[in-house]
Amino acid sequence: MPARNTVAADPKGVDSGAHFMDGDHALAEGALAAGCRFFAGYPITPSTETAERFAERCPAVGGLFIQMEDEIASATALIGGAWGGQKVMTVTSGPGFSLMMETIGLAATTETPLVIADVQRGGPSTGLPTLTAQQDMMQARWGSHGDYRIIALVPDSPQECFDLAIEAFNLSEIYRVPVFIMTDETVGHMHEKVVIPEAEEIRVVERNWYQGPKGEYRPYRFTGRDVAPMVKAGDGHRFHITGLTHDERGYPALTAEQNDKVVRHLIEKIDSNAESIIRVEEDGIEGADVVVLSYGITSRIAIRAVQEARQAGLKVGVLRLITVWPFCEKKIRELAGKVKAIVVPEINYGQMVLEVERCAAGQCKVVSVNHCGGAVHDPEVILAAIQEAAK
Amino acid sequence: MSSCAPNDAQFRIQNPMAEFLRMERMPHIWCPGCGIGSVVTSMAEAIKNGGHDMDKIAVVSGIGCTGRVAGYVKFDSFHTTHGRAIPFATGLKLANPELKVIVFSGDGDLFSIGGNHFIHAARRNMDLLVICVNNFTYGMTGGQMTPTTPTTANASTTPYGNYEYPFSLPFLADAAGATYVARWTSLNARNITDSISEALNRKGFSFIEVITPCTTLYQRRNRLGDGIDAMQYYHDDADIQHGADTRTVDIGFQGKLKTGKFVDRQKPTYLDAVNTHYANVIGDDYQLYGKTPPEKQAEEEAKRAAAAAAEQADGLEAEYIDEPAECGGDDA
Amino acid sequence: MFFGKLKKAHGKVIINPNWCKGCGYCVKYCPTDVLEMSKGYNAKGYHPPQVKAAADCRDCKFCELICPEFAIYVTSDKEEEQASASA
Repeated sequence: MPARNTVAADPKGVDSGAHFMDGDHALAEGALAAGCRFFAGYPITPSTETAERFAERCPAVGGLFIQMEDEIASATALIGGAWGGQKVMTVTSGPGFSLMMETIGLAATTETPLVIADVQRGGPSTGLPTLTAQQDMMQARWGSHGDYRIIALVPDSPQECFDLAIEAFNLSEIYRVPVFIMTDETVGHMHEKVVIPEAEEIRVVERNWYQGPKGEYRPYRFTGRDVAPMVKAGDGHRFHITGLTHDERGYPALTAEQNDKVVRHLIEKIDSNAESIIRVEEDGIEGADVVVLSYGITSRIAIRAVQEARQAGLKVGVLRLITVWPFCEKKIRELAGKVKAIVVPEINYGQMVLEVERCAAGQCKVVSVNHCGGAVHDPEVILAAIQEAAK
Repeated sequence: MSSCAPNDAQFRIQNPMAEFLRMERMPHIWCPGCGIGSVVTSMAEAIKNGGHDMDKIAVVSGIGCTGRVAGYVKFDSFHTTHGRAIPFATGLKLANPELKVIVFSGDGDLFSIGGNHFIHAARRNMDLLVICVNNFTYGMTGGQMTPTTPTTANASTTPYGNYEYPFSLPFLADAAGATYVARWTSLNARNITDSISEALNRKGFSFIEVITPCTTLYQRRNRLGDGIDAMQYYHDDADIQHGADTRTVDIGFQGKLKTGKFVDRQKPTYLDAVNTHYANVIGDDYQLYGKTPPEKQAEEEAKRAAAAAAEQADGLEAEYIDEPAECGGDDA
Repeated sequence: MFFGKLKKAHGKVIINPNWCKGCGYCVKYCPTDVLEMSKGYNAKGYHPPQVKAAADCRDCKFCELICPEFAIYVTSDKEEEQASASA
C-alpha cells in the first residue's frame, strides 16, 4: 500500500464543536475540513443542501463555489479543478449521477482525485425526488463504460457523513481515484448531533506533489500497486492528460497492449490494496447462525430487527458495510463457510446481494430482503427474514 | 542559399515551433490541406509575440480532429471528453486563476454536444479564450452534419443535402454575452495571429471562429475541390467588416463570409465579479484560496513596487544604450 | 531616395519534405513566388515544395504560418541581407 503521511487539517475549514445538523450539511463540513476548496454543483433534490452549505461557508474559508449549468459540467469542472491544484467535490442524486458517468470514466482513466456524493433517491429516471433509496449502488460500481475501479463509502448518520467525507478525500488522494459517498435521502435529511473535532485532531492526506525536475514529469506509472505523484497546471511541467488510452507520459497510445496495461493498473491499484481500504463494522458475528449484512440507513433499521431476533433467542450477527466498493470479498467468503445464512436488506431490487451471493458461492443461504425506493424497511419484514433463514 | 533539407532530427530541434509543439509526436494525423495546423501556428506566434509566460498557459480541447490539438501543443494540455472542454477549462481556471486558459476545439464539439457549456461560459464572462476551428463537419467520425453545416450542404448524415438551419457562431457568442468575438478564415493567418494576441491580452470570454477547409470530407462530399479551392473561396468571398452587426454574419452554402472583429466590450469576468462581490458583502474576512483582500492587496502592491523598480532600472539602462544607435545610419 | 536605402530582408526557406502532405498553400500564397511543387515524391507519396527562387525570399514567413504541417520554416539570412545592402 502506498504509505502516506497525514497532516492536521487547515483550521480555517474546521467548524469545531457539537452541532445539530443534517447529513447533507455534514458532508459539506467534512469536505471543508478535508481541505476541499473548490466545489462545482448543480441543484438536485435531495442533495442540494450540501451545495448550499458549501456556498455559504466557502467565502470566509478561502474556497470557491460555482453553480454549473448541469451535472456533466459540474463533474468535468472538478477534473479541471483537480489538475489546477485543488481538492474538489460535487454532490448530486440519481439523475445527476447518471449525467456524471461520462466524466467519472475520464476521472478514472486520468487517475484524478475527486469526491462525489450521491444522496440517493428512488429511480429510475426522475423517480421519487424526495424519497429515499439505495438504488445506485451498482451504478456507482459499473456506471461508466469500460473497466475501471472506484471507491465508494456509505455513511449511516450525519456524523458519519462528516467523517467519511474526510476519509473519501484521503482515499482519493492516496489512490488518485474518484471516491463516492453513497448516502441516501434519509441520512441526508436526518438531523442529529455532529461533533466536529479540533483541526489538529483531523488527519488529512495532502496531495503527493511531484518533486523532480521539470521536463521529466510522468503523470502515470502502471504498477498496479501505487500511483504517480501529481503536478498542477501552471508549474511548468507542460504535461498532457487525455481520456484516450495513454502511456506513462500521458500521450495517446492506442494499442491493445497499452489498454491492457492501463486497465489492469486501474483495477489492481484498488484490488491489491483492498484490505487496507475496506472498512466494515461487525457485531456478534462469532458463533452467529445468521448474519444481517446492510449499509447506510438500512443498517439502522436492521438493528431493531436483530435486537428482536436476539431477544427471541436467535444467534444473529451484524455486518455493516462502510466501504461498499471495493467489496469485502474475503470477509464474505470466510463468513459464508461459518453461518447458515446471510440476510441482505437494502432499499433496491437487490443489488449488493448479488455480490454477497457471488462471494458466498453457495456455501450458505443468501436472502435478499429487497424493498424498492420510497421508504425504509419495516423492521418486522427483516425480522421475518431472519427467522426464516435461521430455520 | 537554396532550401536545404536537414535531417528529421535536426528539423525537429531547429523548427521555430519546437518550443510550442510536442515534436516527438510529429508529424500529426490531420489530412492534407486541413486548416487546423495553421491555426495552431498562429496561436504559437501570438503567444510568442505577446511574451506570455508559457508555463502559465493551458490548452484544453474536446474530441475530434481539432480536439487533437491539446495532444500536440507543449503546454499544460488537456484532451477531455466530447463537448466538455469548456467546463474543464472553467474548473482549471477557477482552481488556479493565474493560468491563461485556451480552449481549442471544433464546431461539432463546442456547439453541438458542448453548446450548453459554451453559452454559459460566455454568459458568466469566464476568463477563457475559445478558438473554434469551424470546418462545417465532424471530421473524425466521417463527415456528418454539425450545427454549423450550411443549409443544402451534403454531409454523410444528410446525404441528400442539409435541411436544417445552422448556428451563426458570432451571433450566438454575442447573444450569450461573450466580450470579444472575431471570425477569420484560415487564409487570414496574420489576422488570426493578431486576434489571438489581442484576446490573450484582455480578460473575459473571448471567442475566435476560424473557418477552415476539411478537404477529405466537407470539400469532397460537396465537390468543392481541394484545400487550394477552399482558400480561393475564402479569398474571393470573404470580406473584412470589423464591427459588423453579428445578426448579419450568417453563412450560406458557399456564400459570402463576413470576417473581422465583431465584438470587443468590457465587463467584469466571473472571478472579478466573485471577488468584488464578496469583498463588498463579507469584507476583510473574504478570501480566495487562503488570501483575504488586505493580504491580496499587499501582495499586489509589492508586485507593483517590484515591477516599478525593475522598470526604472530598465529605463536607465535602455536610455544609456539607445543613445548612440538613435535614428540609425541610413537616414543620416 | 528614402526607399532606396531600405534594406531588403532575406530569408532562407527550410523544408522537411517528409512531413509535407502536398496541399500547396506555401507555393500558392508565397508573395514573392519563391517556391514551386517538386516533381519528385516524398515518403508518403506527396509532391513537396522546393525552392525555385531563393534570392526572392523576403523572410515574411507566411509559408511558415500557413503550412498546416509545421513542415516549413524560414530563417533570416543575414549574409544575403548585407550583400544586398552594400550593392
